[in-house]
Amino acid sequence: MARIEAEVGKSKGGFMKWIDDRFPFTETMRYHVTEYYASKNFNFWYVFGVLAFVVLFIQLFTGIFLTMNYKPSAAEAFSSVEYIMRDVEWGWLIRYMHSTGSSFFFIVVYLHMFRAMLYGSYKKPRELIWIIGMLIFIVLMAEAFAGYLLPWGQMSYWGAQVIISLFGSIPWVGDALVEIIRGDYSISDITLNRFFALHVIALPLALIGLIFVHIVALHEVGSNNPDGIEIKNNKGADGVPLDGVAFHPYHTSKDLVAIIIFLIIFCSVVFFAPDMGGYFLEHANFEPANLTATPEHIAPVWYFTPFYAILRAVPDKLWGFILFGLSVVIPLFLPWLDRSRVKSIRYRGWIYKSALSMFVVTFLVLGWLGTMPADPLYVLAARVFSVIYFAFFILMPYYTTIDKTKPVPDRVVYHG
Amino acid sequence: MVKFKNIASLVIVSACFLTTQGLASVAGAELESADIDLSNINSLQRGAANFMNYCSGCHSAKYVRYNTIGKDLGLSEEMLIDNLMFNAERTFETIQASMPSDDAAQWYGTAPPDLSLMARAKGADYIFNFLKGFYVEAESPTGVDNIVLPGTSMPHVLWGLQGYQSAHIENHENDDGSVTTTFEGFEQMTPGMMDSGDYDKFVRDTVNFLAYIAEPIRGFRVVLGKWVIMYLFFFLIIAMMLKKQIWKDVK
Repeated sequence: MARIEAEVGKSKGGFMKWIDDRFPFTETMRYHVTEYYASKNFNFWYVFGVLAFVVLFIQLFTGIFLTMNYKPSAAEAFSSVEYIMRDVEWGWLIRYMHSTGSSFFFIVVYLHMFRAMLYGSYKKPRELIWIIGMLIFIVLMAEAFAGYLLPWGQMSYWGAQVIISLFGSIPWVGDALVEIIRGDYSISDITLNRFFALHVIALPLALIGLIFVHIVALHEVGSNNPDGIEIKNNKGADGVPLDGVAFHPYHTSKDLVAIIIFLIIFCSVVFFAPDMGGYFLEHANFEPANLTATPEHIAPVWYFTPFYAILRAVPDKLWGFILFGLSVVIPLFLPWLDRSRVKSIRYRGWIYKSALSMFVVTFLVLGWLGTMPADPLYVLAARVFSVIYFAFFILMPYYTTIDKTKPVPDRVVYHG
Repeated sequence: MVKFKNIASLVIVSACFLTTQGLASVAGAELESADIDLSNINSLQRGAANFMNYCSGCHSAKYVRYNTIGKDLGLSEEMLIDNLMFNAERTFETIQASMPSDDAAQWYGTAPPDLSLMARAKGADYIFNFLKGFYVEAESPTGVDNIVLPGTSMPHVLWGLQGYQSAHIENHENDDGSVTTTFEGFEQMTPGMMDSGDYDKFVRDTVNFLAYIAEPIRGFRVVLGKWVIMYLFFFLIIAMMLKKQIWKDVK
């Protein structure tokens, strides 16, 4: 023991010693992988972090190959996508993986965020992990939005037209801002070029940087668990948390199972239903962008529709935009809105359980409403559910205070 | 600047208030299923012939190469050159329309759209019903209108096969003064070379071909997908055994 402590985290000889004298390789691996302890009672909900990582890798990998064949110009973009689909060897697979990956990124991230809400993962001491996570989510939305313009189909063009024009509702600077975003007086070749730059360089860089910080912050405080108990409070004589098991090989072997199940679902979509009935690849996007013909029904891709429904629910353009922005940003304040003494839903009272269930239903209904045409009845429904959406957050300090909680055990619940 | 602002607000307004139209403009005209079968090579071959004979004069399929069709539909290079390639020399060329699109735009008011992706953009059922949906309309410049796409500038190219039909369109005045238009059905006016069963089959083959060229890789993708999923299930079993082995000491 003593000798190891003298040379903490360093190899004793050979090539690895040579490396470790110059770069903290073994030490880093121990700290983040082989001696990073996380609770042994992780359940289904704890796989979506690693799955988000898998999707990120898929998107980066396929994105590189798409970039090799894609032409970011208004004249050639649409044709170059079809060139990838038809003439580039395996181009269809790369493209379907990328387009399916974007939808799965949001599925996985939404479930990952929901996990945090289930088990209070955003509560002290993990507020910063949550805030960084929310920034990742916002950058991801921008990344997806920029990427959606690139195929230069009808929905790419008109969807971008609708969303970008929203910025025009901002008083004083609106018009100038819209011009800066577009780089032109309308969405054009120039807009496509700058969105391409944002999509392949600026936003992925920001994304990777934020994800790095997200994980560094997580490993500093340690992972939460379904019981919301700090496993670091119960350490054995060797300093290892009694309820923790090492990330590798324990959690990695468990994650591998989750990754393969995920890939089975992912590949089923890629190979058997890449359009997903028009939800993952919208039908109108198989027509090239036409500046003179508005599609009959403009709907953003499904992952934006809950927020889009809120936008449309407001009769005033500026206020619609403000509430739209607020609906995206408001979860960032969860660590301070939630006043409950316990983290996990397992030990919370019926009030929070009902509120969270109601929130899930609201989010799904808003998502559905966002895909529908804005008929008066749908708009009315969107208004009702928008109010519930915001009420969940705004009333949270009140209802989490009065909610009766159950006593939290000292050790995590694990049935082996 | 003002103009673009107007366009922007127009977009918002239309995004907010447009209801799903398309078909709904005339109630009662629901889309009949095209009932196509992409695995039916004979149907696809007939469809290819139909397309080259009746569509490709005006419509291109500019992303589709002849040799891709040959490979997928089991046609030799000679068969392609002799039977399908009317305005192309080499089999790697793509399907171009014979009519220059600038002229077409002048003659018809709009250039005939490229058909490479039409089946993915509009759906096979839509095209099936469109090709069956022409009816005599005296006031239209082409003499016909279409129940699926009212006001279309496409003439009834297949009139020789289908003949001409008239549409029963009734206007009902509602209590509140608004008018509901319903489509009651077609009536054959002059016979064509085909009876309605043969014409349906002709259109079905053509639509089948259009669905095929919209995504030629589809057949291979589904076959490959089954192998990929099988491999993943096999891998899943191994991964589950590995997990069980590693976790066996965790109490």
